[in-house]
Amino acid sequence: MKIILNIQRFNPDTDTGPYFQEYGVEADPNERLLDALMRIKRFQDGSLGFRKSCAHGVCGSDAMRINGRDGLACKTLVKDVVEKEGETITVEPLRYLPVQRDLIVDQKPFFTKYRFIKPYLINDEEVEGKERLQSPEERMVFDDTTNCILCAACYSACPVLGEKRGFVGPAAIAQAFRFIADSRDRGRDERLQLLDNKTGVWPCQNHFKCTEACPRSILITKRINQTKELIKKHQR
Amino acid sequence: MIRSTPELEIDILHSRGAKGGSLSTAQNIHQKEIHVIYQFDTVIVGSGGAGLYAALEAGQKSKTAVLSKLYPIRSHTGAAQGGISAALGNVEEDKAEWHAFDTVKGGDYLVDQQAVRILAEEAIQAVYDLENRGLPFNRTPDGRIDQRRFGGHTRNFGEGPVRRACYAADRTGHMILQTLYQQCIKHNVAFFDEYQVIDLLLHGSTCNGVVVVELATGEIHTFVAKAVLFATGGFGRMFRITSNAYASTGDGPAVCARRGIPLEDMEFFQFHPTGIMGLGILITEAVRGEGGVLRNRDGERFMERYSPTLLDLAPRDIVSRAIITELRAGKGIRGDGKIDDYLHLDATGLGKEVLQSKLPDISSFCQTYLGIDPAASPIPVLPTAHYAMGGIPTDVHGRVLGDAKGTIVDGLYAAGECACISVHGANRLGTNSLLDLVVFGRRAGRHIADYVRQADLVMPGKDAADEARARIARLTDGGTGPHGGEITDEMQIVMMEKVGIYRNENDMRAAIAAIQALRERYQHVRVQDTGKSFNTDLLELIELGNMLDLCLVTATSAVARQESRGAHSREDFPDRDDGAWLKHTLAFLEQDAVRLDYKEVDTSIWKPKPRTY
Repeated sequence: MKIILNIQRFNPDTDTGPYFQEYGVEADPNERLLDALMRIKRFQDGSLGFRKSCAHGVCGSDAMRINGRDGLACKTLVKDVVEKEGETITVEPLRYLPVQRDLIVDQKPFFTKYRFIKPYLINDEEVEGKERLQSPEERMVFDDTTNCILCAACYSACPVLGEKRGFVGPAAIAQAFRFIADSRDRGRDERLQLLDNKTGVWPCQNHFKCTEACPRSILITKRINQTKELIKKHQR
Repeated sequence: MIRSTPELEIDILHSRGAKGGSLSTAQNIHQKEIHVIYQFDTVIVGSGGAGLYAALEAGQKSKTAVLSKLYPIRSHTGAAQGGISAALGNVEEDKAEWHAFDTVKGGDYLVDQQAVRILAEEAIQAVYDLENRGLPFNRTPDGRIDQRRFGGHTRNFGEGPVRRACYAADRTGHMILQTLYQQCIKHNVAFFDEYQVIDLLLHGSTCNGVVVVELATGEIHTFVAKAVLFATGGFGRMFRITSNAYASTGDGPAVCARRGIPLEDMEFFQFHPTGIMGLGILITEAVRGEGGVLRNRDGERFMERYSPTLLDLAPRDIVSRAIITELRAGKGIRGDGKIDDYLHLDATGLGKEVLQSKLPDISSFCQTYLGIDPAASPIPVLPTAHYAMGGIPTDVHGRVLGDAKGTIVDGLYAAGECACISVHGANRLGTNSLLDLVVFGRRAGRHIADYVRQADLVMPGKDAADEARARIARLTDGGTGPHGGEITDEMQIVMMEKVGIYRNENDMRAAIAAIQALRERYQHVRVQDTGKSFNTDLLELIELGNMLDLCLVTATSAVARQESRGAHSREDFPDRDDGAWLKHTLAFLEQDAVRLDYKEVDTSIWKPKPRTY
């Protein structure tokens, strides 16, 4: 079938601001949106800029806004969009991150916030040449949060970041929870302290947009609320 | 977050019209013709599992930079699903010796056996180390790392399947990549994200750096170092149907080959039996490890005929050939005998609970891309190009070997899929790739840390980056030429059809001619994107050039090997021939020709025997 991709373009070397360009392209309904983008790039316009790598939803490179919803181009099938919303698909870069070129955004602010919450196991206790024990139940407490691919779809979907750009954002909090809730970790208090302030967990107003956007089905909003509860319990 | 600020020098002597500056003055980097030189003890190219592990080790003791064309956690290590093998013996008796033997036999004896002994023995501590660093493995009821079955892994030298694969659901690679990246953050490893390597610097036979393009600016920079490690991953994008990422284009091996480094055993490329039909997306062997079975159009569990002992858990080369044989016999689901017909991977017997707790991503892929629930419907599958057993030849410390005598190229290292140690021989066993990159990434990093302490830095000459610069200039000179899209398509189709699972002399000769014609056309390609910053068009053309060189090396190595061994299956030479061919291929790319040499295989522990399962 023929579809039209209406893509936001911007080249900082030559353009004063972003604009939209339409591309008509043949696409099978069962194809990924990424396949259509690749067909444009390889056979129509090599100057179209976007990131991609694994092409099946595990590397997090191709998060973008597709008809106003944040998601991965490789996990969005053409038919899923076209059947409900027609054959013109609007494609934009993620929000709240500086656009570097077309659909490519500067991920540094996102990763700076991720690094801020100390995203690594904190535990200096000696281990005697084997694994630390953890029951299957303890392991399941934080299971979904380990799926995060740091694609930033949740970050772009969050309405709070539109008003409070300093907000640490959904992904960083979910990753803080991933370690706080890990029975092997000893960094709970320092992470909770990092998040107990006006750029930490408290700006979240339970819009659930992050949870809806997450291509890895992480219950982000729930994890944020659990983190809030832990702060109330342990910090106050 | 950079631990030691890179010593950025604007080399006034070497530059053409350059002005002094520092890293913080970004506008300088944008200036034309500037020659920026970064200086480190250690430069690691690639930020998948091998690169990150090496960075953790080397970074403790030397000034280390990680260059990656992707953001680190985008690497293809993250797509590995089923597990990482180690004879922990957590759920049943197991021994490192059994693991080593299985790996040798799985590789059809083209495996260097002392290297495999190291792989299997160090596996145990490597897995514990990952766990200690935070990796969330699935657990046994008593809290230990859980283990499951995987193809070709057996107890007591082949008696039956053994539970050896440690796993985190079907996201084991993702967890390894995340854990190592988290540790790199903790230890302040310096990253240069979205830097594409385009050349290797050699001073005589000593490596002293790399030349790169910075995606953000389009500028060409030189990284001078005492040691360079290539950990650039695989190159499955040579083929039409592949489980590999777009980024898997073999940049490290191609750059090395153009600088006279041989490539080892490139004819051995693994096709994973179960990719999603048409898309090539990997469906982990763990589906079969947990009890899934392959069925043909009659509903028959056909692996009973090909591998009576291991059945569906036979090594991948055997299962992939069995699938193609079934299709050719008209036993595919459509039954038309064509090789794009498909078979069923039946996981309906596993039950929803096992699929949800142990194979959740597979369930999600089936839902997303096929619209089916694997608990209720069989999965349509076909073999998919998956893993390069061959690559840059190294010893067990990751040091690159420059010839058949084993001459070490000082300062040059390789690890992970881009390297060939060789622990996988003619066919890799499932779960051994994650193990390889952890064990040998770590070993390379440790060796580098010692090496750079006593090595002297050799500054490259003023013309060191000229060749790389000319290569880029030709692609971007504003001239008109064909674009890369059609060349890419044609390359992938010819490799898939003629250098795929079954091979013969005529097909491969035709493939070599076609690849040579494509390489000739590549000499005329030009970018369509004339911008400098974030020119992904340029990167794709660089990648295409790399793949074309590797296709030529692969096909040439393959046509020369007149036997069938592991993943290299010749219709015209169906038997393994140890008398003539129990040897590693070393291929030297010399302009438009490939010169072949060979070296011995280390068979010091187990003598080759017929390979049956």
